[in-house]
Amino acid sequence: MPVGRELKITFTAVELMACVASRILEDGSAVLVGTGLPIIAATLAQKTHAPNLLIIFEAGGIGPVIPTIPISVGDSRTFHKAVMAANMDYVMGCAQAGLIDYAFLGAAQIDQYGNLNTTVIGRHDHPKVRLPGSGGANDAGSLCRRTIILMQHDKRRFVEKLDFLTTPGYLTGPGERERAGLPSNTGPYRVITQLGIMGFDDGSKRMKLLSVHPGVTVEDVLDNTGFDMIISEEVSTTEPPTVRELKLLREEIDPAGIVIRK
Amino acid sequence: MKVIHEGGGELLGWLDPDEARRWMTEEKNRGLEDKRMTISEAVRRFTKDGDYFALGGFGHVRVSMAAIYELIRQGRRNLTIAGKTAVHDIDILIAGKVVDKVECAYSFGHELRGLSPAGRRAVESGRIKVVAEISNAGFQWRFKAAAMGLPFLPARIMLGTDTFRLSSAKIVEDPFSGKPLCLIPACYPDFAIIHVHRCDKYGNSQIDGIEIEDIDLARAAKRLIITTERLIDEEDIRKDPGRTAIPYFLVDAVCEVKYGSHPGNMPGLYYSDEEHMAEWLGMSRTEEGVREYLEKYILSVESFEEYIQLVGGEEKMKLLERIETLEEPLKCPWAES
Repeated sequence: MPVGRELKITFTAVELMACVASRILEDGSAVLVGTGLPIIAATLAQKTHAPNLLIIFEAGGIGPVIPTIPISVGDSRTFHKAVMAANMDYVMGCAQAGLIDYAFLGAAQIDQYGNLNTTVIGRHDHPKVRLPGSGGANDAGSLCRRTIILMQHDKRRFVEKLDFLTTPGYLTGPGERERAGLPSNTGPYRVITQLGIMGFDDGSKRMKLLSVHPGVTVEDVLDNTGFDMIISEEVSTTEPPTVRELKLLREEIDPAGIVIRK
Repeated sequence: MKVIHEGGGELLGWLDPDEARRWMTEEKNRGLEDKRMTISEAVRRFTKDGDYFALGGFGHVRVSMAAIYELIRQGRRNLTIAGKTAVHDIDILIAGKVVDKVECAYSFGHELRGLSPAGRRAVESGRIKVVAEISNAGFQWRFKAAAMGLPFLPARIMLGTDTFRLSSAKIVEDPFSGKPLCLIPACYPDFAIIHVHRCDKYGNSQIDGIEIEDIDLARAAKRLIITTERLIDEEDIRKDPGRTAIPYFLVDAVCEVKYGSHPGNMPGLYYSDEEHMAEWLGMSRTEEGVREYLEKYILSVESFEEYIQLVGGEEKMKLLERIETLEEPLKCPWAES
């Protein structure tokens, strides 16, 4: 590093979210991804600390080498140089059997137990905004070991009560997933937003602030959350993206900026 | 088995397993017959108003747009669609007033492109109704139960959620483990349309790459129209039988339609036409734009070949081939606004 010269790295919130998500994924684990930010994070992990991360798409792509960002989770990019071009039955069966460690999800609304809404804002029979629905989200959130949620953080999205519970988090609290019949030792693991990183309290299964991004305060997070969030005793500051991570994101993974510059 | 909860969604396409067997026994032709016909004949013979139907592929990947345009041209009405990752297919069908009810796993969205203006407008105004919710694996396993001739398949999905509450599934106590378990009802769509890479005149079909839900969907559908990029000889099928994804006795019609998935992706052959998708997403912001699009690309067009000419002809398709094989970078006009 050049001495005496300050290196100022600028990055966007989306780039930071991609880096944070990528760092969670361990080498040798399997991750079910969607297109957009999830595949960017997974590809970044592969190009940095997790070359043996197994990427899986719900429509059947298993272990691809992603050449460019897919537009669909079922398009040809999702099984480019893959180890297997399978099908929905095969992938969802693998998830149900316990072979998939992580899944990425997004949402229009989230509650304190990590339950997600991607179906409707307003009444189901009289929607104010109709969203696409579960897709594979309910399956991923039910069957994968740990889910990682990537979404925008504000009071309209972090709500006390969901308009519709599309995908299960911890439902109404500890033990509720198991009582409902969902596989044991599964559930939401991290929530990554433009403001910080959240986890879930071991005892209560309520959302807990673990880290705030550079320039963001705990207050900012609380001001943008519509429920009581637990604050970790040691809220850390998120490590900013490294020069290498940013270079990979901008030059190799999303050079057209379809996702990271959106 | 004790039923713990029952979903309140409309149960669509379910048949008593003996009724389903009777259909398969009597209506599915095990004779090796030439089933080639035009897409307009196939749609006229094997689809009707009020049907419940499912489309193969993945909404804008290996989807039979040629058949979708024909459904619109023939003025089919009051159809209910299996919204199993329905993307551009459902958007055009809703715009074309073919569909008015949806069983929804994924609909009204365009994946990375965002939400669908036309689909959203229709559902938010009440013109079309979502009569049941489900998940992607839920649909897959509805078709799988039907493919196996079973009334349902158990799965550990939808439990504890509103997705279940508005589905047609039931939750029971598993007699083996004692744990709650979701029973996904079988689904026999009145018809399905699946676009494949190649098939012979009897309907023996090969699919390159991921099959999505089509192996089970082909077995579940009461009527199955296959559209294919290319017709091949029976001999080519028999040379490599491990490649057959759909055997002839499930198939009712075979229609050769080159580029039949445009503007969707056809893996290995051509990528999705993002320029055209951007045009649709732009025009479909208003009802006037929707009418203009339908008139220009579907209603005033007589054949799929004529449509391909209209969207840029061989030159455009060669470009999409080069994008598919990564020789040319992809441009997404909808991402630039």
